[in-house]
Amino acid sequence: MIRMTLTGLLATALAGFACQVSAAQLTIGFSQIGSESGWRAAETSVSKSEAKKRNVNFKIADAQQKQENQIKAIRSFIAQKVDAIFLAPVVSTGWDAVLKEAQAAKIPVVLLDRDIDPSGKELYLTAVTSDSVHEGEVAGDWLAKTVGSKACNVVELQGTVGASVAANRKKGFDTAVAKHANLKVVRSQTGDFTRAKGKEVMESFIKAEGGGKNICAVYAHNDDMMVGAIQAMKEAGLKPGKDILTVSIDAVPDIFKAIAAGEANATVELTPDMAGPAFDAIIAWKDKGTVPPKWIQTESKLYTAADNPQKIYDSKKGLGY
Amino acid sequence: MALRLPRSGVPQVLAFLAILAINWTVSPQFFDIRLQDGRLFGSLIDVFNRGAPVALLSLGMVLVIATRGIDLSVGAVMAISGAIAASLADTHPLPVVLAAALGAGLLCGLWNGLLVAVLGIQPIVATLILMVAGRGIAQLITEGRIVTFTAPELVWFGGGSVLGIPAPVAITLGMLLVTLILVRGTALGLMIEATGGNARASALAGVGTTAMTMAVYVWCSLCAALAGIIAAADILGADANNAGLWLELDAILAVVIGGTSLFGGRFSLVYAVLGALIIQAMNTGILLSGFRPEFNLVVKAVVVLVVLLMQSPRLSGLGLLLSRVSK
Amino acid sequence: MAVTPLLETRGLTKSFAGVCVLDHVDFTLRAGEIHALLGENGAGKSTLIKLVTGVVSRDAGTVLLDGAAVDLRSADAALSAGVATVYQEVNMLPNLSVAQNLFLGRQPTRFGFVRESEMRRRATVLLNEFGLDIDVAAPLGDYSVAVQQITAIARAVDMSARVLILDEPTASLDKHEVEILFAAMRQLAGRGIGIVFVTHFLDQVYAISDRITVLRNGRLVGERETAKLPRMELVHMMLGRELSEVTVARSHHVAGMAHPPYAVFRQFGKAGTIAPFDLELRSGEVVGLAGLLGSGRTETARLVFGADRADVGTATVDGRAARLHSPRDAVQLGFGYCPEERKTDGIVAELTVRENIVLALQARRGLLKPLSRREQDEIATRFIKLLDIRPADPERPIGLLSGGNQQKALLARWLAISPRLLILDEPTRGIDVGAHAEIIRLIRQLCADGLALLVISSELEEIVTYADQVIVLRERAHVTALTSDAINVTSILAAIAADLPRAA
Repeated sequence: MIRMTLTGLLATALAGFACQVSAAQLTIGFSQIGSESGWRAAETSVSKSEAKKRNVNFKIADAQQKQENQIKAIRSFIAQKVDAIFLAPVVSTGWDAVLKEAQAAKIPVVLLDRDIDPSGKELYLTAVTSDSVHEGEVAGDWLAKTVGSKACNVVELQGTVGASVAANRKKGFDTAVAKHANLKVVRSQTGDFTRAKGKEVMESFIKAEGGGKNICAVYAHNDDMMVGAIQAMKEAGLKPGKDILTVSIDAVPDIFKAIAAGEANATVELTPDMAGPAFDAIIAWKDKGTVPPKWIQTESKLYTAADNPQKIYDSKKGLGY
Repeated sequence: MALRLPRSGVPQVLAFLAILAINWTVSPQFFDIRLQDGRLFGSLIDVFNRGAPVALLSLGMVLVIATRGIDLSVGAVMAISGAIAASLADTHPLPVVLAAALGAGLLCGLWNGLLVAVLGIQPIVATLILMVAGRGIAQLITEGRIVTFTAPELVWFGGGSVLGIPAPVAITLGMLLVTLILVRGTALGLMIEATGGNARASALAGVGTTAMTMAVYVWCSLCAALAGIIAAADILGADANNAGLWLELDAILAVVIGGTSLFGGRFSLVYAVLGALIIQAMNTGILLSGFRPEFNLVVKAVVVLVVLLMQSPRLSGLGLLLSRVSK
Repeated sequence: MAVTPLLETRGLTKSFAGVCVLDHVDFTLRAGEIHALLGENGAGKSTLIKLVTGVVSRDAGTVLLDGAAVDLRSADAALSAGVATVYQEVNMLPNLSVAQNLFLGRQPTRFGFVRESEMRRRATVLLNEFGLDIDVAAPLGDYSVAVQQITAIARAVDMSARVLILDEPTASLDKHEVEILFAAMRQLAGRGIGIVFVTHFLDQVYAISDRITVLRNGRLVGERETAKLPRMELVHMMLGRELSEVTVARSHHVAGMAHPPYAVFRQFGKAGTIAPFDLELRSGEVVGLAGLLGSGRTETARLVFGADRADVGTATVDGRAARLHSPRDAVQLGFGYCPEERKTDGIVAELTVRENIVLALQARRGLLKPLSRREQDEIATRFIKLLDIRPADPERPIGLLSGGNQQKALLARWLAISPRLLILDEPTRGIDVGAHAEIIRLIRQLCADGLALLVISSELEEIVTYADQVIVLRERAHVTALTSDAINVTSILAAIAADLPRAA
């Protein structure tokens, strides 16, 4: 697995170098999917601030969940002769034609957050995405380490049935847990990635498992469902974080509030900073001709009560989650 | 339009009891009830508590459907009222919060009523407008994030209780009573059934069909706004993207399961609410069963089909025939 | 020498739900003739057409094409046998071009591809034969109804139709468009095509038809040559009974003028619907409205009841200016209205007899003063008994009752509000003979009880038995008012027929 980390310092140095060579500010267009979730809003606002850090002229087009809007935006970026195009693809297919146009115009394209159909690999420079299987593994590893050797019944709140993220996060967690005979996923249901469904499903889990006494840990495919599940546990007279361990994925601000309050134990970050590594890759490619790897995987960092959750909450709060 | 004799409600009650019995077999502690923090606690209570929002929606929806209309916007109205309530909860007193959220529902209802009753736009198209735009409005209010609150007065609507009965259940029961009094205590029920059965004839008999239609859309939106407040209070936050999402379909289904025809006319408030409970009993049962989530929708579809078949006049005719033959 | 007729029906019979709507009807269409099929609403014209084209199956009788019995089972089968029908609402696709409509399903192709240019060329030629010179590539919906009608006719003829049935083709056409259509019809007749022309515009009948067949109440009244049939006799064929039945003894009371009228309408009218009229309705008097279909009878009734809003004139009720903007206003004033279309405008089929009976009274009392169930039961039972509604079950859905009993329940709905004025639109239509007599008796009884009545009826010999005044309508205007001894079938018929053009 190839990982690429560039320090901010190096980036700044390179940016300075770029200024000296081309004496021109980079212009980069970003075709963003929309603002369907808090994470998406955070990604947009983080990409703006990352662009500012690197003195990039950054243009964002909101596609409102429509591929045709994204294609239009890319064509307009090509017409404006931007230096690079970032694309967060709303679907994985149907990009060949417009990406060929970008290639013909010699404008590099970087995919953010999601990959496209494998047939288009030569049509983009690199893809900056998280590995959602790995996210599940990180969560599972943490749980195995925390529980140690004692037997532990885990209940799982899945994401929307059919969503690839949900399937991957389940797969990663199952892989990690399978290595430990004392860990067992006893119930698994979909909570549709929402707080309300997360709460409802957790309520039924608690009742089905002896009022929660048989449950040792909850794993949720996202933090929102976990926030709902925490409420369900509290309403059932249980102490989440103590009676029942929690681990979930995404690292949205509200889960840090719960961790700070001792009601949640751990979260795995899906970083909203996809644009930062992308900027660095483009700058290195433009200035030094460094060809980046085809996949730049973002870090899936684990946060617990040991990471000063209140401070992270305060810093994440303003990002638009 | 088939002529139906007055319904008995037997299929609905039987279906509800059957589903509860099945739930009991998949989960032996299903009927266990205890007090938790002064509030009834148990799977059966979950059925009523989780079913409350859809039951509220079906209270309004059944009146709309009785006038041969439909309201697709109730889910979006839930999102709007929840967003408003959550945004104001920590900074304003409860009466202001409620007035604003329910007021928004009132406006939504007037809008739908205007389009349907005054401008004569087909209900499915007219309410589709608010179904799409309403969620957008809610997202504008919350700026796309989940707006959380802590004000205990509003939290009560989700987590509070009246004499041990969870607040959402108590509120829904109260609304059922109010709606029953409004509709059956006055001549409104007859007028609605007449309007739905034959609007032209009713207008010629002196029934104010326009005002009637307007009133049912307003009531439907008000019920939806109340459901939105409960949904927000339940998760201590307004999730504009997901609050009430697709619940309009559950509400319509509840009304249909409750035996009210989509062609309008005869309706039953109590059985519509029972329809909502049937749907929720099914949901809760599926969650308790430990089936893989991939089966949820299939199981639900099969059960709904069975309940609707039980009501089918043709099938009941067939059943009658079979019983005669067997004799 | 007897020429074999193009199309012939013998003893065609059809009943719906026990009511005979077509009773042994013979009809003959010869090649090259334009044959008008006439009759009032419910006379059986459309049923006859549907039986001929196989849209509805017949109970008895035969259909012969060129002297050979045929058994057409659908509009498609009829079309391939050469019998085409063009309805008033043109049954084509307005979003496709004229040419596409003409050749839909039989487009000229080469190697499986539609030859658009060839299709347009042939469409232009085809329409030129009918005197139409239009852009055939434009969507059909862009053209007037007349052009759409002719396109539909041209398509039918081009598909080798020999019998063309035109069902009220001129209903929504203006004078010029009618001329275009008539020219096309004459040209087709000249080619030997037989045309059945259904209409209720008598001047058009005389302008174009060669022969006339009149139906009444599902029976054949007669077939005549247009040139030999005086207009007076035609109207009589359509409306009158056998002359022997006409003279019914009755006593008109003339004293009505003594007390002031209950409701007075002055220059009351609505543009495009009915010309302004004066009307005085007195308690204890029956005013009858007579005229042909479409003459403005129902329009008058709807205006008086507020179902349509008058745009000129004044209404005075009990000496006070009255607002009549909606049926609600009328009901508040004590008006009742039994419309002609019982099923669509009268009953709420799904509701019970009880609920149907109390509906108007409840609407008048308002939402907040609900009738208790006991009051409802009492009212329903009283009227079921009074009017002898059968079966005497107030909880039966009204849709399950016979037409006559539905009509009585609707009367009960209005009697329950203790009305001052009752408007009855064709109260005896579609009702079996027994109930028929009862309803006439009831009208007389109500009148004697002091109600003001406004009654529309096509049954002239009925009107003369109960009306104290008969207003004759023609072409959406009140033209004559007949009183006392002037009220007899002959004078009403004369008034109705007065303005019709003489047979050519």
